Formats: sequence, C-alpha cells, structure tokens
Amino acid sequence: MERTLKDLKPGESGKISTVKGKGPVRRRLMDMGIIQGTSITVERIAPLGDPIEVKVKGYNLSFRKEDAENIIIE
Amino acid sequence: MTKTITIALAGNPNCGKTTLFNGLTGSKQYVGNWPGVTVEKKEGRLKDKNNDILVVDLPGTYSLSPYSMDEMIARNYIVEDAPDVVVNIVDASNIERNLYLSTQLMELGRPVVIALNMMDVAESRGYNIDVEKLSKLLGIPVVPIIASKKQGLDKLVDVVVKVTKKEIAYKAKYADYGEKIETKIKWYIKSFEGNPLLDKYSPRWLAIKVIEEDKTVKKLLNMENEDVAAAAERMSLEDDLESFIADKRYQFITDIISKSLKKPKDILTLSDKIDKVLTNKWLGLPIFALIMYGVFYFTFDLVGNRLLDMIDVFFAETLAGWVSNILETIGVSEWLQSLLVDGIIGGVGGVLVFLPNIACLFLAISILEDSGYMARVAFIMDRAMRKIGLSGKAFIPMILGFGCNAPAIMGTRTLEDQNDRLTAILINPFMSCSARLPVYTLFAAAFFPNNEKTVVFSLYLLGVFIAIFIGLIFKNTLFKGDSTPFVMELPPYRIPTFKGLTIHVWDRVKGFLMKAGTLIFGACMVLWFILGFNFSGPVELTESIGAGIGKVFAPIFAPLGFGNWQAALSLITGILAKEVVVSNMSIIYGIAEEASSQAFAQALAGTFNQLTAYAFMVFVLLYTPCVATIAVIKRETNSWKWTGFSVAYQFGVAWFVAMLVYQIGSLLGF
Repeated sequence: MERTLKDLKPGESGKISTVKGKGPVRRRLMDMGIIQGTSITVERIAPLGDPIEVKVKGYNLSFRKEDAENIIIE
Repeated sequence: MTKTITIALAGNPNCGKTTLFNGLTGSKQYVGNWPGVTVEKKEGRLKDKNNDILVVDLPGTYSLSPYSMDEMIARNYIVEDAPDVVVNIVDASNIERNLYLSTQLMELGRPVVIALNMMDVAESRGYNIDVEKLSKLLGIPVVPIIASKKQGLDKLVDVVVKVTKKEIAYKAKYADYGEKIETKIKWYIKSFEGNPLLDKYSPRWLAIKVIEEDKTVKKLLNMENEDVAAAAERMSLEDDLESFIADKRYQFITDIISKSLKKPKDILTLSDKIDKVLTNKWLGLPIFALIMYGVFYFTFDLVGNRLLDMIDVFFAETLAGWVSNILETIGVSEWLQSLLVDGIIGGVGGVLVFLPNIACLFLAISILEDSGYMARVAFIMDRAMRKIGLSGKAFIPMILGFGCNAPAIMGTRTLEDQNDRLTAILINPFMSCSARLPVYTLFAAAFFPNNEKTVVFSLYLLGVFIAIFIGLIFKNTLFKGDSTPFVMELPPYRIPTFKGLTIHVWDRVKGFLMKAGTLIFGACMVLWFILGFNFSGPVELTESIGAGIGKVFAPIFAPLGFGNWQAALSLITGILAKEVVVSNMSIIYGIAEEASSQAFAQALAGTFNQLTAYAFMVFVLLYTPCVATIAVIKRETNSWKWTGFSVAYQFGVAWFVAMLVYQIGSLLGF
C-alpha cells in the first residue's frame, strides 16, 4: 500500500514521490512546490478536522485531506 | 521630451507588492476594475527626476496558467499591453516558491527586474543571499529592497529606467525543459520565422504554449484546425507534460538557489510559535470566536455606532434645524424648505451615516488581512463553510451582516473566487441587520408580549437558514462548476503598517462615497419626493404618491395576510432604510413616535393579528434591502443585472416564505 501525505501525523516529514489526480487542484499544488523529490512536513490539522497545514520549500501551505491523499510519499 | 515609462508590478500574494506599490506611488493612485470583470485594477504615477512612470499593479498570482481570472489578467496585460519593464517582487524569505512565477514572467518576453523584498525578514532567519550571483544566474537585474521601510526603492527605479533605455545589459536565462521538448521548441521557433506575430510575442513563449496546448495561443496562431497527427505527436513528448514542466522549472530554481542562497536548517519562526496557539486544536476556535466578537463590538458598538449616532443627530437635528430656521426666517416656500432640509440634507446625511461603520469595518478587516490572521480564519472555518457551499473566508462578511449589510458586502472583496463572492454578496442581506431590529421589537412587543426574545431569535435563525439554503441552491444551479480548490498559503504573521492601513481604509471609504454614495443620494431624493408629494404639491405621507403606490400594491400582500395599504407603504419606506419603517408606521397609524407598545398594539390591531404580524416580520427579514445595501451590491458586482436580480429575487423569496407562513399558519389554526 502506498504511503500518502494523509498518513503522516503532525510533526512527521517525508519526501514526495509523485502527485496523483488531475485538474486544477493538482496543477495548483505543483505550482506551489508540491513536486517529486521535495521534502514536506505536516504541521497540524485544523481544529475542525480539516484542512491540514504543511511546511514545504520553506513556507506554510494548507489544503484539504482529500487532496493530501493524492500526494504519494516515498 | 519624456515618454511615459510603464511598469507592471507582478508577484505572489503576500510578498509586499501592495506595500511597494504604495511606496512608489504614494497617494497618486487610481483604483478601478479590469475591463469586464470585478477584479480590482490599481494604477499610479511616479515622478522620478526626468521620468514620468506609470505603475500598474497586477493581481498577485503564484503562476501564469490560463485557468484563473487573476492569472489571465496578469499574463494578458504583460503580453498584450507590453509594459516597458515587469517588476517582479520576490519575497526573499520565501525565495524558492516565489521564483516559480519569475521563471514564467521571464519567458513572456518583456524585460523583468526582480525586486528582492523583505531582506530584513530573510536576514532575521539567518538567510545569506548572494544577490550578485543570483542576478548572474538568472541573467536579469536583482535589486534588494525593504518595501515596508522604503529602502532600495530609488535604486529599483534607477535600474528600471536604465533597463528601459537599454543602458543595462539584459539576457534572461531560461529553464531547460530537457532534450525532447527543447528540440520541439527549436522546431516551432523555426516554423514561426517570418510570422508578423513575432513583432509582439516572444517566439520561445509561443512555442512553449503550443506544446502546453494553450487554447489562446493556438487560436492566435490559427492552429485550431491542425491535423490530429501533429497534436498527437506533441502529447507523446512526455508522459505527464504538466508535471514534467513544473518539475523542470523547480529544478532550474533549486540549482540557482543552491549556488546563491545559504540558509540554516529549518528553524521554528515566531510565526510558527504564534500559530501553535492561534490554530491550536483546543484553543483555536475559542480564540477565533473572541476575535470575531472583538471585531463586531469595535465596528458596531464601541466606535461605529457611536459615531453613526453622532452623524445622524447632526444631520437630522442640528444641521436640519439650523437650516430650517434660516430658511423660514428668509421666507422660503415650504416645498423648497422640504427639498433642502428633508431631501438634500437628509440624503447626504443618509450616505454619511454609513461612513463610521464602513471605516471601522475596513480597519478591522485590513488589520486581519495585513497581519496574516485572515488566512487562519479561512483555515479554521473551511470545513464548516464548505458544507454550506462557501469558503472559509466568507465567514467574516456573513457574520458582519448581522450588524449592517452594506459594509459586510463590501467585505466580500477578500474572496478571490468570483462565484464564491457573488454567492456571498447575494445571500448576505438574509443575515438580519441591526436596522431591522426595531421593527421586530415593535411587533414582538405588541403581538407576543411574553415571548419577545424567542420570536426575535426565531427570525434571526430563519434568516441564517434561508441564507444557507439559497446559497446551496445558487451553488448547484447558477454558479455550478468546480469551485476553486482550497490550496492556500499561510503567510507569516506581520505587523501591519500604519500607512498601509490608512491607504486601505481610505480607498474603501472613497470608493463607497463616490460610487455608492451618489446612488444612495439619488434614491433618497426619489423617495423623498414620492413620500412627501403628490401631483398637487407637498402633502402628508398618507396622501403622497407613495401612499398611492401602496394602495395599488396592497393586493399583492393579500396572500400573506396583510393586504392593506398601510403595510405596503411601510414596506416601501423600508427600502429607503430599514430603521425608518417604525417612525413611518407611527405616522401612518397616527400615533406619537414615542408611543408605548400598548398604544402601537392597539393601533396595529386593526390591520394585523398574531399570525399576520409574524408573516409581516418574516417579510421584513427577507425582502429587498435598503438603498445603501443595493448601491453597495451594484458597486461590488459592477453589474446592474446582478443588482436587479438581487432586488427582485429577494422580494420573491420574502413574498414566498411569508406567504407560506401565513397560509400554513392559517391552516394550522393560528
């Protein structure tokens, strides 16, 4: 079973293997630096359970858990 | 002989672009809209020794794909309007991701100068940037600045002018897209030779866009009807072209960064520490509620309404009384007096009375935005708001609607997605504003003497429910389609600058006065006439044209249970402003304005009973908002169509729901 970003808990890091999915979300994520080989850390989950906040390329980004599922971690 | 130099400011959101824009242009700014859309366009002038410079602020974007309006506006302006220089503001403390846009800007073909901003923040994080090396590796000028302290701006302008006059060598370097694609690019560039379009467009850019299947460029090159084989060949270049190209761009950047930037291992910034508390699993929501309460209290209670009352009293009593006396003394005719005092002074007062709330609201919103907390609001509320079809950022304008809808609707500017924004604007008036409260308290006290609080609360709740319901309907019909993905940067917390805040607030206030103010004033004058005159001259309210209109429209309200002209006329006055409904009702029913609720109950009992009173309140809750709100809707949507729609559909919803209340209530025997 592949490990996805959704499997990482706050404080855990990993290296991005690929970004699955299609369409505007994927494009946007890649524009923001979520691409193969980049290191990513999960910072926290929002108080209501979604979205999640990550640290990537030196800055903080947030997106929904359902999109985190498409980010495959090595 | 000074030709105007035009520069375009481009950069990521949150990189200090606005601060730079303000620093360069000061108060010589003009705010408008990009043609045909509701996206704000800012232009300003900069006078530098011998040069006249026009500065155009482009929307902040992370990329230049053809998929969002902001990105298309930025791209189109640079490619079509061909500014002399594109000044790309890059946040030095976030340099890697910022350069992604830079690589795309450089490909467009216009000269790019990088303004490397927030050098102080980068330094405080231990970053060591070799600016000269960076410039050499990119092939373009890089000027370090600290926009918030106005440092480096002169040097920046100097470099921009020199680049325009070709006094500085300019040779941009490009990302290498790998052998297969680069070969294809060369092939296309060769095939473009002799094409007159090359005078305007960069051949490399055109080639890359064709390979990316960009519809606009293909149309430009008349490639829409090319054969399938050519298209198929392009597709086979790389498995996943999108990902491949993004990858190559970032590789280009990472390579440059490794040679020009030294940074310590990731440290915990002050921002991170603050977020540990503010977006904390347990503390996040309570703190947010507290801050929202503070904003509401400040805007409406503490400052806003106090100033509002002061202005109201000044116009309605002090100034009006003063002018009345003068006019009477010099023997001016009654109707002229009324025109000047009730019409003009009343109208102007009716506009100015909103200023305190708007100024306070925008001060609060600006502080939230500039400090970075607004992004946290969207982060915290997204899950809940998404369930009702809106985004996290829509939460604040909706809540503020409970105070006053006009400034709340202006506050929807923070929503970037146009459909989200339109939905938020159209459902905001269902959040029962404070001006409607006097009508509720009056009727509740008169008809539900021991249950006032429950009745009033039920109305507020109904308003929220209808807002959500209609919002979901809009989302699934009118504004159907993929909503913008929620991918949002959480910028580091910053202390807002005083100058930034004042410019922001003044912008909004000025916009309100000029655009909405004139409309409100006009509407007030029309209503002044309708409610104070008929064709024989000035008359009492009950004899006016308005009363006549009320009599004509009264039957419309029959299925709602209050098909009488008094109710209809009161509702017409309510379009002027919700708070005047009560005072006008006292005129219509012939009772003193300060009358007790029993006196009102007696007077109203002739035309209302419990059920119809409730139906009436429901109608007041939901129907067309006051002229100020209508004017603001016009301003924010930039469209008479949507404004008209808003007026009509709200009337429709109000009529329908109130009718249901009355009909079902009657059936149930109330």
